[in-house]
Amino acid sequence: MEQLKTAPEETDILPPSRFSIGFAELWHYRELFYFFTWRDIKVRYKQTFLGVLWALMQPLLMTPILVFSFGRNLQQFTPVPYPVFVFTGFVLWNIFSTGLSGAGNGMVNNANMIKKIYFPRLIIPFSSVLVAMFDFLMTLPVIIGIFAWYHCWPGPEAIFFFPAAIILTFMATVGAGSLFSALTVKYRDFRYVLQFLIQLLLFLSNVIYPLASVPNPWVRYLLALNPMSGAITLMRGMYPNHVINWELFGISFCSGLVLFVTGLWYFRKTETYFADLA
Amino acid sequence: MKPAIEIHNLSKIFRLRHDRRPYLSMRESLSGMFRFRKIETETFYALNDVSFDVNPGDSIGIIGKNGAGKSTLLKVLSRITPPTSGRIKLRGRVASLLEVGTGFHPELSGRENIFLNGSILGMKRNEILQNFDAIVDFAGVEKFIDTPLKHYSSGMQLRLAFAVAAFLQPEILIIDEVLAVGDAEFQKKCMGKMEDISKSGRTILFVSHNLGAVNQLCRSTVLLRDGKVSMTGKTSEVSRMYLDMDQKQARYSFDGTKENGMFFRSVHTENSRREEKREFMHNESMHVVSVIDTAKYTNGMWLCIALLDKLKSRVFSAITPVAPFYSGKKETTITLTVPPDIIAPNHYSFLAAVYFPGGGHTDWLDDICPVFIADNGTEFASYNDYGNVILHNCKWSSE
Repeated sequence: MEQLKTAPEETDILPPSRFSIGFAELWHYRELFYFFTWRDIKVRYKQTFLGVLWALMQPLLMTPILVFSFGRNLQQFTPVPYPVFVFTGFVLWNIFSTGLSGAGNGMVNNANMIKKIYFPRLIIPFSSVLVAMFDFLMTLPVIIGIFAWYHCWPGPEAIFFFPAAIILTFMATVGAGSLFSALTVKYRDFRYVLQFLIQLLLFLSNVIYPLASVPNPWVRYLLALNPMSGAITLMRGMYPNHVINWELFGISFCSGLVLFVTGLWYFRKTETYFADLA
Repeated sequence: MKPAIEIHNLSKIFRLRHDRRPYLSMRESLSGMFRFRKIETETFYALNDVSFDVNPGDSIGIIGKNGAGKSTLLKVLSRITPPTSGRIKLRGRVASLLEVGTGFHPELSGRENIFLNGSILGMKRNEILQNFDAIVDFAGVEKFIDTPLKHYSSGMQLRLAFAVAAFLQPEILIIDEVLAVGDAEFQKKCMGKMEDISKSGRTILFVSHNLGAVNQLCRSTVLLRDGKVSMTGKTSEVSRMYLDMDQKQARYSFDGTKENGMFFRSVHTENSRREEKREFMHNESMHVVSVIDTAKYTNGMWLCIALLDKLKSRVFSAITPVAPFYSGKKETTITLTVPPDIIAPNHYSFLAAVYFPGGGHTDWLDDICPVFIADNGTEFASYNDYGNVILHNCKWSSE
């Protein structure tokens, strides 16, 4: 057997008091992050015939439907061909919806583990979002394929806009995800609220239509509150002839930031009692 | 040397709401805001001012009845749930095993589950890689290592789960009753492994209902009662005390004045100190005291006391004529002594009968006075319950 270390690490267990995100601890558990994400990705496509191709199916099937329904009326408002417009928005939206519903149910789905072992609980919503990110990576070749098909290539500004859009999406998804997973542990009602909310938010975002096509300016401001609309705007900013309405973007960015901070704060505040409630 | 575990004035309070379902719904929370009547809450101390220290390298057992706070203490120590007040200091890397196979996923293969479970238990990836072959070997699942876990038998799943846990290398190991499962051979393997671990200088906190296992593994033990530390000390003394706690509880005896016994007034069991008991250590003698109504004494009356095992089959029968004990009084008390170190630890009950040879039985009390014989750390503790009833040191030899 291995010799005991001379200076053992110390752990203090105290009643919950001050607030911190606990980055040091998250870093300590980084391998668990990897294993949780890896598990969810593996399990997601086990015993499926198409396997990881399912990640492509949703945006691939939704896009023609949306094009068929809205393409004719909205083409005039979009700087790029409507299918390209919808697809770029939709893949980003998919990160949000997959990540959010995964994170929202994460605590309840992993209740057994939460009751039996300690690890930083934030790993669960974070890894749900990473799983959604993985699905997004799988759709990247399809995005490039669509660019090629429509001869509509992003400009050099994509180097800034693309990662910025991903970071904003990540922020919004983690914020909303941790908020809803903490709420679902306490009130199971949020499982149903969440499904409905995700559907509703899709229509209250700029995935299907550009905000510019909304005539009433106040409604535009209201729609900009959707934290995903900022991310989607940035994503579309990579097309050379796309003009970004920075005012609307600012609103959405702030709303995303508030969601991120509130989500993490609420999660950390309530997580110590998850094992008692789950 | 500083203690490996210091627990200071630890308390954990649960609030019980009397008009609620176990989990909240929003509707109730919202309607609660508009309700003026205060919701009745009752505070329940799952742990009440618990303090003790564990020195590095010690194995400490924690025993207590259901609801005494054992599991809550483990959960607080494992940081699953926070204490309400008090503090704990742990010196060293901690691994807690409240369950074997936490996080096992049925869709993943054995190999994948070893990695997943290992990392959940706090092993680093290269530690798992280093021990991988040993884990697979210990579990005995080489052939199925790439088969999804859902196709494993439950025994195989369990072996794999324990194997992963056995290769944890923490300085402090917190174990809940994970040994209460598995077949005899595997249980023995587990006990062996745990003894190895305790001998290797690690600190072990072991919670169990199985007094035998606690006696075998731990030199000292903490007895919890209603959330408080009721006693700490040598395991043998504490388990003695634990069994004594039962004394004030229900009299598991037959009372002929209430039931329709014709000759039996009462039957009960006592320990060697003549205290009424229903739990005994394996190494103490057991006394079955029958009080027989001899007001209508009839010649040729015999008494039979038989020990019944869990399946209600007879382990032995002892018979005696009543005459030698009859002293002309209205009641005759006859005591049967069952010698120590012979009846295997398990649950038993008694059969008592008064009968007349050749004339049929007159008074027949089947399955009365249930007793439990607790293990005192014999070899037997590591066996499964195969229904053995006799534990005797037979001799082995070779030609």
